[in-house]
Amino acid sequence: MKVEEKPVELIDQNGLRIDGRRLDELRPIKMEVGVLDKANGSACIEQGKNKILAAVYGPREAHPKHIALPHRAVLRCRYHMAPFSTSERKSPAPSRREQELSKVIRESLEPAVLSEYYPRTTIDLFIEVLQSDGGSRCAGITAASLALADAGIPMRGLVAACAVGKIAGRVALDLFDTEDKQGEADLPVAIMPRSNVVTLIQMDGILTPEEFQTAFDMAVRTCHTIHEQQKAVLKQRYLSIKEEVEEKNDVEKKEK
Amino acid sequence: MYVERKQLVAPGEILAEGKYVSGENTHREDEKIFSSRVGVVEVEGDRLGVVPVKGCYVPHVDDVVVGRIVDIGMSGWTVNIDAPYPALLPASETPLLGHRPSRQRVDISGMFEVGDLVVSKVLAFDRTRDPLLTAKGPGLGKVTAGRIIKVSSTKIPRLIGSKGSMISLIKKETDAHIMVGQNGTVLVSGKSPESENAAIQAIRMIEREAHTRGLTDRIQAMLRTKVKGEGVES
Repeated sequence: MKVEEKPVELIDQNGLRIDGRRLDELRPIKMEVGVLDKANGSACIEQGKNKILAAVYGPREAHPKHIALPHRAVLRCRYHMAPFSTSERKSPAPSRREQELSKVIRESLEPAVLSEYYPRTTIDLFIEVLQSDGGSRCAGITAASLALADAGIPMRGLVAACAVGKIAGRVALDLFDTEDKQGEADLPVAIMPRSNVVTLIQMDGILTPEEFQTAFDMAVRTCHTIHEQQKAVLKQRYLSIKEEVEEKNDVEKKEK
Repeated sequence: MYVERKQLVAPGEILAEGKYVSGENTHREDEKIFSSRVGVVEVEGDRLGVVPVKGCYVPHVDDVVVGRIVDIGMSGWTVNIDAPYPALLPASETPLLGHRPSRQRVDISGMFEVGDLVVSKVLAFDRTRDPLLTAKGPGLGKVTAGRIIKVSSTKIPRLIGSKGSMISLIKKETDAHIMVGQNGTVLVSGKSPESENAAIQAIRMIEREAHTRGLTDRIQAMLRTKVKGEGVES
């Protein structure tokens, strides 16, 4: 039995949202790379209540053989939501929505991957949503580009993504599930912050041209913020090893 | 130039602008050079490159690799060399056939079984065809003894060191025989388990700390204490 959801005030009199955020505030993001042992590259992202795992296998031999291309690697992508990722159990079979997201996520990453380095191979990318709370395609793209970089696949640059929506008549950043369902519009954007190339843009709902412009600018700005965090996360592991051992070096030198 | 030597960079990070030459693992767009992978910046004259910290093995002609037989065919073997492409070892490139006239029949069916490790050399490889191997030559052929260590193939140049300085250091200090495959598989066989362990520990340390300064000194210090310490025990 489904409980009817009561429409709630999406923005209170102080201008704060249900979860206490300002309109231009991002949910806290936590990223980590190299979380899976068997994958060539992997990343995990937590954005608010979203928890998403991305794994990259390859470049590896293409199976079935006929999908291989003679001049570049094929990027394959599967976006999947775990049955326990939503409050109502989701069937594990890939839904129409998941197939579409797999396709758009693949297309948002393809311009970033220098796939001509590995002809006749495939790069397999798996995005598994463990817990979802709105904006999971964007968080998935952010994690996937980290996993690709972690696998050591040559890339033109990282891809960062975030969504902007409209709730209670106002443009708001990074909608979570309730806002997404009761809001008026949602605009997920993925860019390659290095060159400011938009690799994904979708919209549902209605925005006026002015609202669209504000929303789009807000999304691009936020992607740049996320990109800084991505770069830091990728380097962090190696930098900490470097610091640890070079500190030892310096101590030994002083002793001498 | 926007970065310094040995600096850690992420894909898409700008390295330099202007008259520099784009080297390994970088790409150029207009006048700007960007990094393509996570790695450490390397400068050679006006050539900028990135030494990656992780990545798959891409075969090069004349690389010595350690592969595992995965299939036996009519005229040769398929070998897994941890590259994105399966390698072929034709029967004519095996040591037995090398010394005989080709019309003489030799039974080679039992020479390599599925699962055997083979030290071989890349004879030919281009992006349109799978790599071709040979097991003919000194030091090549089936692996019969030793311990197998897998490291990332991107760390192999560091493990060997400039002009083989690092690997000869380990060999000298541990007295172990070490065979380094360019694909990231290393074979270690020592006179005692202790010397093998010391060598393996050194290899693991290089793998972890490949991107840091003063590694050779640290390896030497570690091996000296390790080998000496265990020498006293035994």
